[in-house]
Amino acid sequence: MEILLAVTIGLLYAAGIFLILRRSLVRLIIGLVLLGNGANLLIFLLGRISKGQPPIIPEESKVFLDAYADPIPQALILTAIVISFGLQAYAIILVKRAYRVVKTDDIDNMITTDEV
Amino acid sequence: MVNNFILFPYLLLGIALYAMALAVPSFKTNSKRSAFSPVVPLLVFVFFISQLGVPSSRFSFWQAETLPFNFSFHLDGLSLLFALLISGIGTLIFFYATAYMKNAAHTQRLLGFLLLFMGAMLGVVLADDLITLFLFWELTSITSFFLIGFKNEDEASRKSALQAITITGLGGLIMLGGFIILGEIAGTYSIQEMVGKKDEIQSHAWFIPTLILILCGAFTKSAQFPFHFWLPGAMKAPTPVSAYLHSATMVKAGVYLLARFSPILGDHPVWNYTLITVGGITMIYAAFQALFRTDMKSILAYTTVSALGIMVFLLGLQSADAVAAVSLFILVHALYKAAFFMLAGTVDHETGTRDISQLKGLGKIMGPLFGVGILAAWSNGGIPPSIGFVGKDLIYESTLHHHFSPYLLTGLSVATNVMLLAAGLLVGWMPFRGKLSHPNAHKPALALWLPAAILAVLGMIFGLAPGLVDNILVQPIYQSISNSTPEFHLKLWHGFNPVLYLSLLTMALGFGLYTFIRPGGKTLNFIERSEIFGPRKIMHGLANGFLFLSEKYTQFMQNGKLRRYLLVILSFCGGILGFVVLTETTFVIDYKSLTEITIYEGVTVAILFIAIFLTLFSGSRLAAVASMGVIGYCLCIIFVFYSAPDLAMTQFTIDTLTVILFVLVLYRLPRFIRLTFSARHIIDGIVALSIGALMTIISLEVLYRTPSREISDFYAANAYILAKGKNVVNVILVDFRGADTMVEIVVLSIAAIGVYSLLKLRLRKNEKME
Repeated sequence: MEILLAVTIGLLYAAGIFLILRRSLVRLIIGLVLLGNGANLLIFLLGRISKGQPPIIPEESKVFLDAYADPIPQALILTAIVISFGLQAYAIILVKRAYRVVKTDDIDNMITTDEV
Repeated sequence: MVNNFILFPYLLLGIALYAMALAVPSFKTNSKRSAFSPVVPLLVFVFFISQLGVPSSRFSFWQAETLPFNFSFHLDGLSLLFALLISGIGTLIFFYATAYMKNAAHTQRLLGFLLLFMGAMLGVVLADDLITLFLFWELTSITSFFLIGFKNEDEASRKSALQAITITGLGGLIMLGGFIILGEIAGTYSIQEMVGKKDEIQSHAWFIPTLILILCGAFTKSAQFPFHFWLPGAMKAPTPVSAYLHSATMVKAGVYLLARFSPILGDHPVWNYTLITVGGITMIYAAFQALFRTDMKSILAYTTVSALGIMVFLLGLQSADAVAAVSLFILVHALYKAAFFMLAGTVDHETGTRDISQLKGLGKIMGPLFGVGILAAWSNGGIPPSIGFVGKDLIYESTLHHHFSPYLLTGLSVATNVMLLAAGLLVGWMPFRGKLSHPNAHKPALALWLPAAILAVLGMIFGLAPGLVDNILVQPIYQSISNSTPEFHLKLWHGFNPVLYLSLLTMALGFGLYTFIRPGGKTLNFIERSEIFGPRKIMHGLANGFLFLSEKYTQFMQNGKLRRYLLVILSFCGGILGFVVLTETTFVIDYKSLTEITIYEGVTVAILFIAIFLTLFSGSRLAAVASMGVIGYCLCIIFVFYSAPDLAMTQFTIDTLTVILFVLVLYRLPRFIRLTFSARHIIDGIVALSIGALMTIISLEVLYRTPSREISDFYAANAYILAKGKNVVNVILVDFRGADTMVEIVVLSIAAIGVYSLLKLRLRKNEKME
C-alpha cells in the first residue's frame, strides 16, 4: 500500500505542478489545492501508516498500552489543511474580484499594472 | 596624559546622530541646527590634538564571538595625521560651506552628508581591523555618491556620482576579496598584528593575488591611472565638497591604505614596480592634462590626481627618503590644495564662472583671495620658504638616491613638478592679473576667504619653522609607514647641493612654461579629442555593453509571465533535488514491512487516479472543480483507513467548503481557455512528471529509513497525565502547541477579513461589469 500511496503523492505533485503552469487562474488555484493535498499525504506517509490504531488513549487507561499511529504528522496536516483553506478561499475570491475588474482570467493578460 | 582614544567610537556615534539630525528633511530649512555644524569637526579636531605625542594605542570596541574579526581601532602617527587633516580641514570647510551655501536649497542636507562622510573617513583611518576598515571605506564611497550628486536635478551631476560610486565601489569590492585572503593567510584581521607576520605573508602562495586585489582598491579610490577619470568628473559637486573630499580626504584614502600596508605588503618587487609604474604614469599624465584645462576646478582635479600619483610613486620607491617625502607631502598637499579649491569656489561664487580664460584682474577687488592664491601657488610650486619646498626637496632627494634608475625617476618628478607649478599659477595667479573682467564682482565675505587663508598661511609657517611638524607629526608617520625609527629632520636649508639645483631648475622651467600657456577653447578641444581612446571612453563602452547585455538577459529571463518564472524555479529546484536523490538514494524497498492492500484501498486509490486525470484534462470548469473535490474525499477516506479520524473530519469539512466556494464564485467566469496541445504542454508535462517521480522516490526512500518517534512518544505519554486529554492530536494542537494554534486562528481570521472585504468592496464605476 505504501508504494501505491507514494505513487499517488507523485501524481498529485505532477498534476499540481502541471496545473500551476497553465494560463487560467482557476487552474492555477486547483493546482495549488492538489499540491497541498500531495504535501499532506507525503507528511502522512512519512509518519508511517498503520490500521486501526488512532492516537487516542483508551477509555480506561492513562497511557497507551498498544501501538498507536504517530500523532505529530496528523497534527501538522490538520494545521496545514486549515491554513491552506484560508489561502484557497482568499485566492478564489481574489480571482473573482480580479475577473470583474480586468475581465479576464488569463494570467498572460495580467502582466501589466496599467489599464488596458 | 590619560589615553582617551578609547572614547573614539562614541565620538563617531555622536557625529552620526548629529549628521542624521541635519540630513533628515525638515519643514524649516536653514534653521539654526546647521549653525552648529562646524562645532562638531572642531571638537573632533581638539580631541585629536590632545592625542598628539601620545604613544600609539589600540583597542577593541566590540568582538564578534563567532567571527574572526572585531571592531577595533588603532591610533598612531599615520592615523593621527589623517584624523587631524580630516577634522581640521573639515572645520574650515564647514565654516566655508555654511557661507558658500547660504542661499542655496538643502544646505542642511549637504552639511549632514558632509558630517557623515567625515565620520566614515575617520573610521577608515583609525580602523585596525580589516573588515571594520572595509565597512568605513564603503561608507565613504556611499556618502560621496550623495555629495557628488548633490545637485540631483542636474543630469551631469547624477552621471558623475554614478561613475564615481561605480569605480570606487567596484574597487572596494575587489579590495574586500584581497582583505579576506590576507586575513586568512595571516590568521588575523588586525593590521597591527600583521606587521609582525610580514615574512610569513609574503612567502605565501596567495600573496601576489592578494596584493593585486588590494592595490585595485587603493588605485580606484585614489584615482590612479587608468581609473583616474572619475575624479575630474566628480567636480560636479558643490565646491566645498570638492575641497573636502577631493583634496584632503577621500582620494587620500587610497594613499592611506598603501601607506598603512606598506610595512606588511611592501619591500616586494611586485609592490615596488607596480606602484612606481602606476604612480609615475598618473603623475605625469595628469599634470600634462591639467595644463590644457580652462575650468579652475578641472585644473585642480587633474593636479590632485597628479599629486596622488606622486604619493603612490613615493610609496613605491620605499626608500627612507621616499617615506620621509610622502610623510610630509600628504600634509603639504592637503594644505595648499584645499586652499586652492576654496579659492576656486569663492571666485565662482562672486563672478559666476570658473573659466580662467574669462577671468582677469580679480586681484583688484579680491585682495585677500589673491593673497591666498599667491601663497597656495607658492607652496604648490615648492618655492622657498614654503613647506612645499621642503616637501619637494625630499622628493628629489629620494629619486636621486634610489637604486633603480635615478635619472629616469628624477626626470619624471622634475617634469611633473614643472607642470604642477605652472598649473598652480594658472589657478592662483592668472585670474587675478591684468585688466578687470568682472567689474560687478565684489569682495567676498570673510568666511569665504578666511578658511582658505588659514591653510595657505599655515603652509608658509610650517615652511619657515619645519620643527613645528617634524617631531610630532612627520616622524611618527614615518614610523608607521616604514616600521622603523626615522633618522632625519626636516630642514628648510640643506646648503648648495644637487637637490637645490634641481629645485631651481624646476622653478625656472615652471615659470617659463607658464608664460607659454594660453588657456582657451582651442587647447581644451585638443585635449578632449585626445580622450576619445582614453580610459573614460573604454569604461563607458563597457558600461553600455553591460547594460545592453543585462537588458537582453532580463527580457529573456523575466518575460513577465508567471508560468516562465515558475518553470525556471521548479526546474532548477527539481534539478538540484534530483541530483541529490539520484546520487544518495539506495532504491531498496523492504517489501515485508509494507502494509497489505485490500479491495477498499485499491478502489479508493483507483477513484483518486481517475479524479486526478479528470481534473487535469476536463474542458469544463465545473467538472474540474468537482473532480478536485473527489480527490479531497478520497484522501479523507485514506485518512479514515489509516487511523487518522481527526484528519478525515477536517479534510471532509474543508474540502466541501472549498468546492462550494469555488462553485458559488466561479460560475460567472468564462469557460476554460481551449486546450490546444502544444510543445509547451509537453515541456510542462515532462517537468511535472519528473518532479512527481522525484517525490515518489523520496517518499519511498524515507520509508526505508527508521523514523524517530521520541517527540511523539513524549506527547503520547504525557497527553493525559499533563494535559488531561485522551485524543493526542487534539491535545497537541490545543495544549502543547496552543500558541501555534492561536496564531493559526489569527491567520485564518485575517484571510476571512480579506475575503469579506473583497466581497463587500464596492466597485468603481469603470470596474463594473455591465
